[in-house]
Amino acid sequence: MAGEIRFEPADRFNAFLTICKTAPHGDGKLAGIPVAVKDNISTAGIETTCASKILKGYIPPYDAHAVTLLKNAGAAIAGKTNMDEFGMGTTTENSAFGPTLNPCDPSRVPGGSSGGSAAAVASGMVRMALGTDTGGSIRCPAAFCGIVGLKPTYGRVSRYGLIAYANSLEQIGPMAKTVSDVSLLMQVIAGYDRHDSTSRDKPFTHTPSADIKGKKVGIPAEYFGEGVDPAVAASVHTAVSKLEELGATTVPCSIPSMKYALAAYYVTCTCEASSNLARFDGVRYGPAPDTKKSWHDAYQEVRREGFGTEVRRRIMLGTFALSSGYYGKYYAKAQIARENVRNDFARLFKEVDVIAGPTMPTVAFKLGEKSDPLSMYLADILTVPANLAGIPAISVPCGIAGGMPVGLQIMGRPFEDETVIDVAYAYEQAVI
Amino acid sequence: MVTEKEVEHIAGLADLGINKDELAEFTHQFNAILDYFDVLDQVQGDTAITHELTNVMREDVIEPSLPQEDVLRNAPAKEDGFIKGPRVM
Repeated sequence: MAGEIRFEPADRFNAFLTICKTAPHGDGKLAGIPVAVKDNISTAGIETTCASKILKGYIPPYDAHAVTLLKNAGAAIAGKTNMDEFGMGTTTENSAFGPTLNPCDPSRVPGGSSGGSAAAVASGMVRMALGTDTGGSIRCPAAFCGIVGLKPTYGRVSRYGLIAYANSLEQIGPMAKTVSDVSLLMQVIAGYDRHDSTSRDKPFTHTPSADIKGKKVGIPAEYFGEGVDPAVAASVHTAVSKLEELGATTVPCSIPSMKYALAAYYVTCTCEASSNLARFDGVRYGPAPDTKKSWHDAYQEVRREGFGTEVRRRIMLGTFALSSGYYGKYYAKAQIARENVRNDFARLFKEVDVIAGPTMPTVAFKLGEKSDPLSMYLADILTVPANLAGIPAISVPCGIAGGMPVGLQIMGRPFEDETVIDVAYAYEQAVI
Repeated sequence: MVTEKEVEHIAGLADLGINKDELAEFTHQFNAILDYFDVLDQVQGDTAITHELTNVMREDVIEPSLPQEDVLRNAPAKEDGFIKGPRVM
């Protein structure tokens, strides 16, 4: 029965930017279930800030398509979750409203950029949440907080109403404690939407199956190489052995384009960001520009005050990489590298059904541990290939290293989100 | 190597604004990141990303747009039902 829920959790981890104390809900397969929504996804009538000062007070006049689908399925929108500003970060420390803490160890980051959604689920405040994943922003916090998170195939979930950061890479996706709940949420949010020109007509009607006998699992050497914490690699190797016990076959393989995937990712996302974030000038929303000043001066004031350091850094990098004389060296090369990454995956997926490795090279960092931007970017090396190639990828908890959760990442063929869910489900059911 | 002057120029192009005391650190980090991007010089091939979708077309159907009141609700400066921006000249 439709009604409303009371939602007044003690938010000890700063997971939420907005809490909806009374949340209406309808009937359907998510009837009355509180669902948290990342704060870069538009919610009509509920403040949506992207964790940025420049959008403080912004109330969207319409719902993102994924939110409309949640409501149609009866879900209660419980609140808006903290994140790295505009999705730019790996720790949720780049929020203008303070970092989210990791519920497994509050001295550590929850991962990012969907750190608030992950912490809200991991701490039990909500059963499920929406995140967004541009270069690992669902899978990283899922791994760091010990929950499940899926980056769907590009085009499978509408981006309408998602406040764009790098639109050729990002997808909205489900986060929950179990693979079944991730799958249930995916059933609700996937499908065609005419408001997103990259949307594909691929609804998700699957129920997870734990039968993975005969599945071939590729194990790329690059996912266990330099920079990957040996304790994390050991946990993932143990998980892979479990998949073999369940009847899967493992195949050693290689993704040579990994050596420039991270650079290709950061060039692409900063270039797209420099364009997408040009709209934030305080005219239609945001802090008022001084209308007596000339427009360049007025906009510069608004954007210098309104954007955080990492956002400004990425806009500048993208502006530089697209500028005359540098386009060929950076953006054009990055697009060729991206095609090479896609080709590497396409070649591997002729022989294997899924590819498995760690989600992140380490467990969650201490708060404030990584202050240098480049070393922070390097932490994304294992998650960005799936975004460059547009393929589905899931992170499922696979044990503990140094007291913190480790994520097993499973990547699959385009539009075979069902398969990565099945492999994750088989593993989860075997180790429960 | 990118200089502080170039970083200041880029910040201007992007309408970002930059304070003098931020320039040294931004420039230092910029150069470290651009050094890392140099790995792209090794990329072989000449085919940029291909897309499976081409020309997503539809009929031009007239639908109701957002009421003016809703559109203006978030604008910090408005006058007579219009959004007010900084002067252009």
